[in-house]
Amino acid sequence: MSNNSYAIMEQQPSIKGLANTPLVNVVRGAIPGPNAVGIEEHDDVGHLVLRGDATLLASAVTEVLDLAFPDQPLSSCSRDKTCIRWISPDEWLVTVPGTETSSVESSLRDAIVGHVAIVNVSGGQTIVHLTGKHASDVLMKSTSYDVHELNFPTGKVITTTLAQAQVIIRRLDTDQFELVIRRSFADYIWSWLRDAATEFGVNG
Amino acid sequence: MLKIHCPYCQETREEEEFHYSGQAHIARPTDPESCSDEDWGNYLYFRKNPRGRHMEMWVHAAGCRKFFNVVRDTVTYEVEQTYLIGHVPAGST
Ligand SMILES: [Zn+2]
Repeated sequence: MSNNSYAIMEQQPSIKGLANTPLVNVVRGAIPGPNAVGIEEHDDVGHLVLRGDATLLASAVTEVLDLAFPDQPLSSCSRDKTCIRWISPDEWLVTVPGTETSSVESSLRDAIVGHVAIVNVSGGQTIVHLTGKHASDVLMKSTSYDVHELNFPTGKVITTTLAQAQVIIRRLDTDQFELVIRRSFADYIWSWLRDAATEFGVNG
Repeated sequence: MLKIHCPYCQETREEEEFHYSGQAHIARPTDPESCSDEDWGNYLYFRKNPRGRHMEMWVHAAGCRKFFNVVRDTVTYEVEQTYLIGHVPAGST
């Protein structure tokens, strides 16, 4: 521990407490189709928002997360299940395996010197992966952003609208996308994606 | 639909990601206690409504959530340029 004083809220559910994902009540299951699209929730993830000057954050992030710092707009750096995304000139979104969330938060707080904010927003958003040959077709029906690989290559991160909601999209591969969605819009986006993917089929 | 270049994301995006946010470059009187009622009233309430070139602010509401400046023609809707908060438009002195 450094001289910083701070309170960390442990958001992992205890044995007694029951934590549900925002998608607990949605319709799941496969829809038969020729080239089914995978729509899969990744709920065991810790989300940390970092706000502040890039010069204050860069070295600490590199040290704690063992990742390069994405200082260019719309870029990201990832390793295994850890990822940091550029969101805005003074905002980054870090995701780590759920069980590591508070230890990573503590390590970042210890490593960063200066006026920054680190907020655990794991309870406020969730992640959905969209996979398959027609994943980009589903996005083309849902967002005004040009998701062609020339404009949206692997590793690029954009914040835009999906249907009527805000979403952070990262391309993981040619046929794989990660959507970070808000808790309160999660069931709406889930239903929208299943509807948009129905013509191709869904691996739910 | 307008296509607007966000100077922070450094990309041109669809209008639906943005919100209009009023006239740009409105300077707050440096000493509100001693400025006249007319100056204060002008600062608070009076806005330009030109037919043609207009300096305005937009916010990239569904993107990076930053405010920035836009020079836009209110007749043709053409966006002449966009630039960062705190800067002046290119071509001005
Ligand atoms: Zn932007």
